[in-house]
Amino acid sequence: MHTRRNTILTIISAALLVGLLYWLHFNRTGNGMLISILQKSAILALVAVSMNLLNGFTGLFSLGQAGFMSIGAYVTAILLIPVSSLEGVYYMSGVHPSIRVFKVFLGSLPPWFQSLYPFFALILGASIAAIIAAIVGVAVLRLKSDYLAIATLGLSEIIRAIFSSPQLDGVTNGSYGLNKIPGFPKMFGGLVPSLVTPFVISAICIMLIVMLIRSSYGRAFLAIREDEIAAEAMGISLFKHKSVSFIISSFFSALAGGLLAMYMRSIEAKTFSIALTYDILLIVVIGGIGSVTGSVLASFLVTASKEWWLRFFDQPLDLFGWQVPLFKTGFRMVIFSILLMVVVLIYRRGLMGTNEFSWDRILGRFKRRKNAKGGA
Amino acid sequence: MDEIVLKTEHLTMQFGGVVAVDDLNIEIPKGHITALIGPNGAGKTTAFNVITGGYVPTNGRVIFQGEIIGENHPRAKMKKIYGGKDRSHFTRQVVNTPDKITRLGMARTFQNIRLFKDLTVFENVLIAKHCRINAGLLRATFRLNRAEERSMRDKSRELLRTVGLEEHLDEKASSLPYGKQRRLEIARALATEPSLLLLDEPAAGMNPKETEELASFIQSIKESFSLTVFLIEHHMNLVMDISDKIYVLDYGETIAVGTAKEVQNNPAVIQAYLGVEEA
Amino acid sequence: MSITTFLQHCLTGISLGGAYGLIAIGYTLVYGILRLINFAHGDIFMMAGYFMIFALASFPWPIAIVITLVITTVMGVVIERLAYKPLRSSPRMSIMISAIGVSYLLQNLATYLFTAIPRGYPEIPLLKRIFRIGELSASLVTLMTPVLTIILVALLILLVNKTKTGMAMRAASKDFETAKLMGININRVITVTFAIGSLLAGIGSILYFTDRMSVTPFSGTLPGLKCFVAAVFGGIGNIPGAVIGGFFIGIVETLLVALGYSTFSDAFTFLLLIVMLLVKPTGLFGEKTVEKV
Repeated sequence: MHTRRNTILTIISAALLVGLLYWLHFNRTGNGMLISILQKSAILALVAVSMNLLNGFTGLFSLGQAGFMSIGAYVTAILLIPVSSLEGVYYMSGVHPSIRVFKVFLGSLPPWFQSLYPFFALILGASIAAIIAAIVGVAVLRLKSDYLAIATLGLSEIIRAIFSSPQLDGVTNGSYGLNKIPGFPKMFGGLVPSLVTPFVISAICIMLIVMLIRSSYGRAFLAIREDEIAAEAMGISLFKHKSVSFIISSFFSALAGGLLAMYMRSIEAKTFSIALTYDILLIVVIGGIGSVTGSVLASFLVTASKEWWLRFFDQPLDLFGWQVPLFKTGFRMVIFSILLMVVVLIYRRGLMGTNEFSWDRILGRFKRRKNAKGGA
Repeated sequence: MDEIVLKTEHLTMQFGGVVAVDDLNIEIPKGHITALIGPNGAGKTTAFNVITGGYVPTNGRVIFQGEIIGENHPRAKMKKIYGGKDRSHFTRQVVNTPDKITRLGMARTFQNIRLFKDLTVFENVLIAKHCRINAGLLRATFRLNRAEERSMRDKSRELLRTVGLEEHLDEKASSLPYGKQRRLEIARALATEPSLLLLDEPAAGMNPKETEELASFIQSIKESFSLTVFLIEHHMNLVMDISDKIYVLDYGETIAVGTAKEVQNNPAVIQAYLGVEEA
Repeated sequence: MSITTFLQHCLTGISLGGAYGLIAIGYTLVYGILRLINFAHGDIFMMAGYFMIFALASFPWPIAIVITLVITTVMGVVIERLAYKPLRSSPRMSIMISAIGVSYLLQNLATYLFTAIPRGYPEIPLLKRIFRIGELSASLVTLMTPVLTIILVALLILLVNKTKTGMAMRAASKDFETAKLMGININRVITVTFAIGSLLAGIGSILYFTDRMSVTPFSGTLPGLKCFVAAVFGGIGNIPGAVIGGFFIGIVETLLVALGYSTFSDAFTFLLLIVMLLVKPTGLFGEKTVEKV
């Protein structure tokens, strides 16, 4: 067994990652692009993993992620916008008095609370989403695969319509959206600089999801994915376990939504359209449905290639005076969609299939390659 | 007189205009092997599904270890088109989902094997242990139930050893040969710690030698887990060898009850079932 | 709201509903046979809008319409061949993801080719001619849409019930595997189904966009989903049901907008879907199926 070696390798790579993040913290100028992409990837990784918990591990095809993210994002944003900025943000219709009162009350709580306030906002948003998921789950989780997909998609659109409705102008600022949202907070009294915060939160949450998946309850989810009827015959309550999976997935999606609000500094209902859910689904598919590490890897690869590596496709390309055709705005996304279809149709297992990342596998591959070379 | 583990009273299941099971009255004594036989389409599997909670009966009652686990009477549209024999006895509706019934101590296997195909042999059994878990979601997630988790794993391994599958622990369930998949399915059912085991055609697709092994296997687990067994079967040899009591179903109706010998000599049975084979 | 304005809105709603009904048929036919929510159907409808813009730029309108419909039909069939056929024996989740992928591809392709800026939809003067009935006024396209929808549906029902192809389609939707064993050329049936669905989406697209005047790469998403809801509402697999669902959603949506609840008009559709799935999952006219253990 190589357990010791693997632990050492894991610790080394984690240390390298942390080192990179702190290095970026001290060298922020000039690395804005990289920082922004990494932060976005970390947030999307959390959503992708929580979607995978439902789609990949419990076999429930849900397309409601964007809706739950928007709940987290709006709650976090409303709570975090400084009271002094309220007038400016709600310049059209004014803020609802109860929100102001609530915020002023929270502002009067003792200092220890104030230092935890951003996290309180994130968790409150996530909890509200979880409660809504619990209520809605009673109704929609009875539905079979594709009906569940379209019902959760519809739910997400309903939530979006509510947030952008003029009747809620005083709360969500309707179609104008919210801005002046403070960025990421520091953690542990400054030990974790604000730049690193999204990574820490995302990592903790993903770890929690992994621990759940590996527990007895996680195994029950797998059983439901494999065969609902057999799982039920083995004494696994479908309703209870599906609800738990749905609620937890919604909780973490909403938490990531809150992080997204901090990342973007301004949000509007349009941000959380069906397209966002599709983007996350694509990450899950490319990473491998049923693989946590796959989702994490894919969210970094997909975000980096979409926002960075494939950028050049969108620029006109001049090769020795010859204007290469096709290269113009939007080409990058076409290439990206074609890559996705290739994964869907040909490499159906995605990056990882249902496997998880393991050192043995990576090193094993190297060895095999060496041996193959030696033999030839 | 033996204690009765499972009892059905006037159990009837009707789909639209078709009465699949009509007025089924069975009694399964503790520690015995009871069989339900009958030609194809006689309603055997439907009876199983009603007993285990897969279907809500149209009429009748299911009593398990003295507790009513299912009861119904023709309602709404069914009132008009009801075609079963009995229609007067029941007034209540008691519905339990299959998982609840399993937790009460009744486990089953399926006619067309339903293993968790992509999971390992060990995981298949370990998952079945989940229904006996004490730890809640949080405790289990944060591994505060280490002792329990360890005992679940130990018991699963022990169980697989008992049924002779220990060398396949980490293999995918779908990679096992057919006979062993059947055995694994039974092991998985045993993992839920049942007092009554329902086997739906356990010998389907087996050759005579495998069937013989299966017969002794069923008897051995019956002894070592002090089980009551209720099985559906097509293989006459298996049924005649191991059953203490046999119910014969045809077109949803019970046409004979008795020991293997009694049933074999019953003219109605010969006509309906054995007669076909002899012809 | 006065009676006249109410009737005026109803007229608009019926017209919108007709276009929805035509698109909904595509969903209902495909779902009936493949059990697939064809997420790309709304985008086929969007692409048809662009085809019409370009066809009309160089051809007189009757020829442009024919060209648009032919290209749309071919596109629908090609998509099935390339993106769905290879996955026919895979789990339903994979083929649904493939449909979402195609939808994503078509939207990105449209953004690349035609930019995200809304393109004006050309007017066909004949269709836009205004008619007055008492105090109500309506363009020809508004009046024509429901009539055309009903005629097309009648023809389709005739095709499904009276021709051999129609019989094969019904057999395939009842039991895919058995139909295959009975010697029905399942690939041909599926091709015909996608062709009919896309053709009707093309017609629906012309009727819909003539009234709405502009097309963007994302114009297909919401109408597409609404039409799927219409199909579920009417009972999936049921052709008249899909059209009735389309009319219902079109009318209610128009009235909600007229009453000032425009942000809720989309939410209404999905609320209708969720309520319908809970109360009567088989839809208004759907058949009940018993699931076997």
